[in-house]
Amino acid sequence: MSAAAIETAAAEQASPRRRWLRRYGLPLAGGCVILFWFAAALLAPVMSSYNPDFVDVANRLQPPTARHLLGTDALGRDVLSRVLYGSRISLIAGFSVVLVGAVFGTVLGGIAAYARGRAEELLMRLTDLVLCFPPIILAMAIAAALGIGTTNTIIAMLVVWWPKYARLARSLVLVQRSQEYVEAAHVLGFGHAHILFRQVIPNAIGPLIVMVTLDLGNAILVFAGLSFLGLGVVPPTPEWGAMVAEGRELVQQWWVATFPGLAILSVVMGFNFVGDGIRDWLDPHARRR
Amino acid sequence: MTDAQPILEVEDLRTYFFSDSGVVRAVDGVSFHVNAGETLGIVGESGSGKSITAKSVIRLIDEPGRIVSGRIAFRGRNVVTMDAARLRKFRGGEVAMVFQDPMTSLNPVLRIARQLVETMVAHGRFTKKAALRRAVDLLGRMGINAPKRAVDSYPHEFSGGMRQRVMLAMGFSNEPTLLIADEPTTALDVTIQAQILDLLRELNADFGTAIILISHDLGVIANICSRIVVMYAGEVVEEGPAESLLADPRHPYTWALLNAVPRLDRHTPGEKKLITIEGTPPDPADWPAGCRFRARCPFAIEACAEHPALTAIAPGRAARCWVTQRGGALPKVGGGATAAPAQPAAAARAGVSYAAATAASATRGEVLLDVRDVKKHFPLPKTTFFGERRVLHAVDGVDLAVFKGETVGLVGESGCGKSTLGRLIVRLHEPTAGQIAYGGVDITHADPATIRPLRRRLQMIFQDPYASLNPRMTVDEILGWPLKLHGMTQDGAETSARVRELLDVVGLSAQAAGRFPHEFSGGQRQRISIARALAVSPEFIVADEPISALDVNIQAQIINLLIDLQRRFALTYLFIAHDLAVVRHVSDRIVVLYLGKVMEVAPAAALFDMPLHPYTKSLISAAPIPDAAIERRRERVRLTGEPPSAIDVPSGCRFRTRCPIAAERCAAEMPPLAENRPGHWVACHFPGKL
Repeated sequence: MSAAAIETAAAEQASPRRRWLRRYGLPLAGGCVILFWFAAALLAPVMSSYNPDFVDVANRLQPPTARHLLGTDALGRDVLSRVLYGSRISLIAGFSVVLVGAVFGTVLGGIAAYARGRAEELLMRLTDLVLCFPPIILAMAIAAALGIGTTNTIIAMLVVWWPKYARLARSLVLVQRSQEYVEAAHVLGFGHAHILFRQVIPNAIGPLIVMVTLDLGNAILVFAGLSFLGLGVVPPTPEWGAMVAEGRELVQQWWVATFPGLAILSVVMGFNFVGDGIRDWLDPHARRR
Repeated sequence: MTDAQPILEVEDLRTYFFSDSGVVRAVDGVSFHVNAGETLGIVGESGSGKSITAKSVIRLIDEPGRIVSGRIAFRGRNVVTMDAARLRKFRGGEVAMVFQDPMTSLNPVLRIARQLVETMVAHGRFTKKAALRRAVDLLGRMGINAPKRAVDSYPHEFSGGMRQRVMLAMGFSNEPTLLIADEPTTALDVTIQAQILDLLRELNADFGTAIILISHDLGVIANICSRIVVMYAGEVVEEGPAESLLADPRHPYTWALLNAVPRLDRHTPGEKKLITIEGTPPDPADWPAGCRFRARCPFAIEACAEHPALTAIAPGRAARCWVTQRGGALPKVGGGATAAPAQPAAAARAGVSYAAATAASATRGEVLLDVRDVKKHFPLPKTTFFGERRVLHAVDGVDLAVFKGETVGLVGESGCGKSTLGRLIVRLHEPTAGQIAYGGVDITHADPATIRPLRRRLQMIFQDPYASLNPRMTVDEILGWPLKLHGMTQDGAETSARVRELLDVVGLSAQAAGRFPHEFSGGQRQRISIARALAVSPEFIVADEPISALDVNIQAQIINLLIDLQRRFALTYLFIAHDLAVVRHVSDRIVVLYLGKVMEVAPAAALFDMPLHPYTKSLISAAPIPDAAIERRRERVRLTGEPPSAIDVPSGCRFRTRCPIAAERCAAEMPPLAENRPGHWVACHFPGKL
C-alpha cells in the first residue's frame, strides 16, 4: 500500500459526520424529547390555552381540531393541556422515586459491601426479602393500604425500588474495596466513612448513573401503570396513566387515550436512549466503535 | 544447529492501526528472518511493537489494525495473501503461539483433554483416540505429573506454571516448525520460569522446532536465544548473535537496556545509582523524524536528524545507528568481574535465638520495627457443611527486625506470604498471633484511633501503579487530603505549596497537580504513589513490589528515585520483591521467605556469595543473567515442582518437599532459624551443604 492508499484507508473508515451520528444520534434525539417534556412541565401554563381542569360538557369528546389540537375528553377537558400538565406529575414522580431509591439503595449496598460480615449478611438478606415479592403487586398493595394520592404512591414505589440499587452498589463497591488505593487510604489513616463515601463510592458511580437514567423511564411507566389502575393520583389531577384509563373504553374517540399514551412512550424511550448513550460513553469498549 | 536455511522471512512489515484519532504505526518497516531450528529473541519495552510483529506473522491482527505492506514468507509461501483455509492450516499446524497470560489463554469451561484433542483433530493428523493418547504423552513430556489424571482436569485446577505447560503441549501437539512464545514466563515465579525455559530449550533441541521468544527481559532471552532482534518504536534497531550483542551492544538503546538492570553477577559496592535514559518512547501515531531514539540518546550526533537505516556493521550484526555505523564505540559500564565476597566482622553469638539477638544488638543502632513470631491465618469457607474449616497459613511465625536507616529486602515466590507480612506491618491486616512493635510501641492489636498518629511515621508503596491511585481524585487531592487529615498544613495555600514541593521531590512538574492519574504513564503514576507516601513525612516505608509492573528503564528510574529519597530523608525501607538482582541492588540485608516462614536472613552480599539455605541457592540460580556466555556456563540448582499449598503445609521443614538434600530428619523436625555466621541466620538442618 502506498502512502496515498493508507490515507484513503484511514479516510474510508467512515466519514466523521456519519460516525458522529451513529454514536450520538439516538442519545441526542432522546435528549431532545426529554428536554421537550421538561419545557412542557415548566411552561405548561404558557404552552396550553386551556385550564386542564376546565370542564366543558357541551364540547365533550371533540376530535382534534384547530381549537382543541388533540381533542377533548369525556368531560370536555382539553387533552393537549392535560397532557402538558401531566408531564409535571410524571417527571416529579419518576425523579423522586429513582433518585431517593438510588441514594438509599447505594448507601445500604455500599455499607454492606464495605463492612462485610454480619452487617452485609443482614442488609443483603433484607434486600432479598423485598426482592422476593413481585414489585408492582407489592407496590399496589402498599399504595392501596396507604390510600390514594401522589405522595403515597411514590412512597409505595420507593419501598420496592431501592433493593436493585443496593444489589448493584454492593457488587460495585466489592470490586473497588480490594483495589490498592483503598489500602493506601487506610495506611494514610483515613476513616471508614471518608474512604467509603469520598473515595470508593465516587468510583462506583458510573454504572449507577447509567442505571438511574435507564430507570427513570421505567419508574414513570410504573407510576403511570399504578395510576391507570386507579392507585395513583386523585382525580381530576391530570396524569397520563389516569388519562389512558379514562379513554380506555372510548374506542371511537381514540384521541383520548392515544395522546397520553404517546406521551408515556416518548418519555420512556427518551430516557432509554439517553441511558444507552451514557452507558456507551462510560464504557471504553463500546466507545471505540 | 543453524544451517542457514530460513523458514520465516519477514520483509519491511508494516502493521498500522486505523483509529479514530489517527493512524498508529505500531510496526513500521520490520525485517528479520528465522532459520530452521533456530531460537530468535525479540526484545523491546512495551509499545515497541514486538507483540504486534509476532501477531502479524500469524495474521492475528484485529480491526482496526491492518498489515498495510511487507512480505511474510513462511517456507516460500506468502502469509499476507493466504486465504482463510490455508491460513487455518498454517496456524496451529505449522506455527504455534504461546501467550503471556496462561490464566486467560485456556478455555475455562472445557477439560484439558478436549482442548488438546480438538487442536490435533482439527488439523486432520490424528484420530480422536490417537490424539488423546498423544495428549497424555505430551503432558508428560511437558513435565506434568500424573498426566492421565491431568487431561481430565479443568484449567482452574492448575497453577500458572502448569497452565503454561499445557499451552506448550498444545503448541507442540501438531509438531510445528516454528513456535512463537510471547512473554511466556513473565507472569511466573523465577523458579517456575527457569523450569519453563529449560523445557523450551529441550523442545528446541529434541524436535528441532524453531522458536521466536518475545520478552522484555534480556536475562530470559540470553538464557535461550542464539540470535537477538532489538525493537524500538516499531523498528528493528539492532540484530546479532546473542553473545556478541549482549556483550558489546552497538545501538544506544540496547546499551541502555543492558545497563538499566542491576545484575546478580556484577556488584559495585557503594554505587547504587543505575544508568537510565531520559524520557519515554515516542508516540506511535506520530514518530519523530530522524532517528527515533535521538531525543533520549546520550550519544546523539548531528547526523541523527536523518533516519538511519539498519546496516550491517560486523559479520552477522546490524544496527540502526549513525554513531556505531561510523565506527563509534559505546562506553563499557560496570565491566568489573564479580564483587569481592563480603567478610562479616562481628563475632558469632552461639545458641541465641534470632529475636533475642536482634533485640540485644546495640551496635546497629535503633530497632525501628520489631516483629516477633507473627502469624496470620486466613480461615477459608467450608467446602462441605460438616467439613472441617480449613485455614490458609499465609504468615506462620516470622521474626523480623528492621534497624533505623537500613533497607531490608524481602524475597520469595508468590504465595510465600511476603505481601501479607508487609500488610501486617502497616496493620492493614491484624495478626492472628505474635507481636509487632514499631518504635517501641506495640501495634499488634492497636485500634484505628491509636494507630493514626503512627501512620505518619509508617507508610507503604504499592505494586500496581494503575490500581493504587484513586482514578476520581486529582493529584492535588491525592497528595493534599492526607496533609489535611493529619493537620500538617494550616490552609489551602500551604497545602498546595507542600503538594508542589512533593511533586518536585519525586521529579514531576507542578502542573501535574491539577491532573487525574489516567493522564500519566505507569512510571509517573508510581512517582505520584511515592509522593503520597512521602506526604506525611514518614521514616519507614514498606515498598510492596514497587517496580515489578514497570518497564526496565522506568524500573531503573524508580530505583534511583527510591535510593535518592532514602539518602535525602533518612528513610528506612522494607523492600518486597521477587526480582533477586533488584533486591540485592537496593538492600542492606535480605530475608528469604518460603511458605510463611523465614528460611534465611543475611547481609545482601553474604547471602549471594554464600547462600546457606538450599532454597536461597536455587532462587539465585534460577534468576537469569543478561549475558549469553555466562548463562550457558552457569551451574544450576533446579527446583522441581511447585510450592505446596499454604493450607496443608508439609511437616517439619516446609521446604523439604522440593529440597534436593532433604533427609529423614527434615520431615520430623522444623529447623530453627539459627545464626550460622555472624549476622547470617538460616533455618536448615544442613546449612551450606548444597
